Amino acid sequence: MQSKVDLIEGFRNPSHIKALAAIIKQECKRKINIMEVCGGHTHTIMKFGLPQILPDLIEFIHGPGCPVCIMPKERIDHAIALASMPDTILATLGDMIRIPGSATSLQKLRADGKDIRSLYSPLDVLKIAKENPDKKVIFFAIGFETTTPMSAVLIDTVIKENIQNIFFHINHVTVPEPIDVIMSGKDVKIDAFLGPSHVSVITGYKIYEPIVQKYATPIVVAGFEPSDVMESILRIVRQFNAGEKRFVDNQYARAVSRDGNLKAQALVQKYMHKRDHFRWRGIGDIANSALKLKTQFAHIDAEVVFADLLPTQELDDHKLCICGKILSGNAKPFDCKVFGKACIPANPMGSCMVSSEGACAAYFKYGKLASKGA
Amino acid sequence: MCLSIPSKVIAIDENNYATVDTLGVRRQVTLDLIDEAVKIGDFVLIHVGFAMNKISQEEAQESLQLYTQIVEQMQNGEIEPEVGDINYAKQG
Ligand code: SF4
Repeated sequence: MQSKVDLIEGFRNPSHIKALAAIIKQECKRKINIMEVCGGHTHTIMKFGLPQILPDLIEFIHGPGCPVCIMPKERIDHAIALASMPDTILATLGDMIRIPGSATSLQKLRADGKDIRSLYSPLDVLKIAKENPDKKVIFFAIGFETTTPMSAVLIDTVIKENIQNIFFHINHVTVPEPIDVIMSGKDVKIDAFLGPSHVSVITGYKIYEPIVQKYATPIVVAGFEPSDVMESILRIVRQFNAGEKRFVDNQYARAVSRDGNLKAQALVQKYMHKRDHFRWRGIGDIANSALKLKTQFAHIDAEVVFADLLPTQELDDHKLCICGKILSGNAKPFDCKVFGKACIPANPMGSCMVSSEGACAAYFKYGKLASKGA
Repeated sequence: MCLSIPSKVIAIDENNYATVDTLGVRRQVTLDLIDEAVKIGDFVLIHVGFAMNKISQEEAQESLQLYTQIVEQMQNGEIEPEVGDINYAKQG
């Protein structure tokens, strides 16, 4: 029987990682540029120094998969406008409150006395709303397919219990569409993808099948421990060595199936549907790449109820920022003139420096490890 | 925020909340998103206060066995062992 320690530590065992590196080195015969879509993978790759033990033939391209990094400034300005309303509590997850909009950040606003909360779980909103019946509680919902069902559970409760003082600003985004956009660009240097396993725990791995067909690019759904990442790279190498056939491979079979968590999917579909388009910071406008509340739930949709207060101007990053090139594999963070100088995590000029999961922020933090060959 | 961490189910209450242990840290998560039955001793992946799915211990075991096999092959000289330490950073 597995113990708890084995389930985590077993996948961080240095001798496993080294052995996997050795076998990759032995088998890899061609240059392979691998995009890890998710910032969680970027973090593992940098933290465990994987580029240093892999052969030079394997190169990582850091993808757009961090829900905080891809949030365009105009939507951060929405959060700021909502949080500035009287008798309002704005709640969100993770790093979101640190990110500057056009003029300020939620964090600064909070220091100025506004009630802004960073939550452990979306369900905490229920308690806040109950304790503050005379205030509007706005949940600024962020995240990929992994996190969308948790917002859906909260929406479900608000609707069923007819809670009057909770509103939603939905910023949930989806993974396949940006991959498609990146792959369809000119000069793309991506040969294979690591797909985030927690997304596929919910959606199943089938979401990548159309992309693999369209671009003949292997995608391996990979866990987040270092041996998971190494084994996934080995699977990519072996897919190339085995011939022309390209397919979605599932390294994280311990929790991912082809169809995913159907209960979670049904709950999301009950309350949300696709937006026509969503602007991704660092990439630009992507059709069908995000979700919003269905119109019958407009009465709890902060984008509808408070529409008059929300700024509409679209705001791009600084001209010098080369996040777009980094995402297509045509540049590394070190190639940016302002990296580590004008652009640092405390004052990000572009999306890749925004959250600790962004490529520039990871290079900033683990800079020495990342400077392979530089 | 995007982490999803394997955790062991320690207790389950009547509201379908589980107490889980994540590397020694205990917390409460709801099991409402999981379709299959969860029991004490199971491992689940948790994310922002929810259990997302069960983790198959058999599958985890299979992966670990694969790695052990590769390590043994390496020790038997079937794979060259020149791969360096994982914390080793190449100079410039
Ligand atoms: S260092 Fe800053 S400005 Fe340069 S590419 Fe990265 S995020 Fe953009």
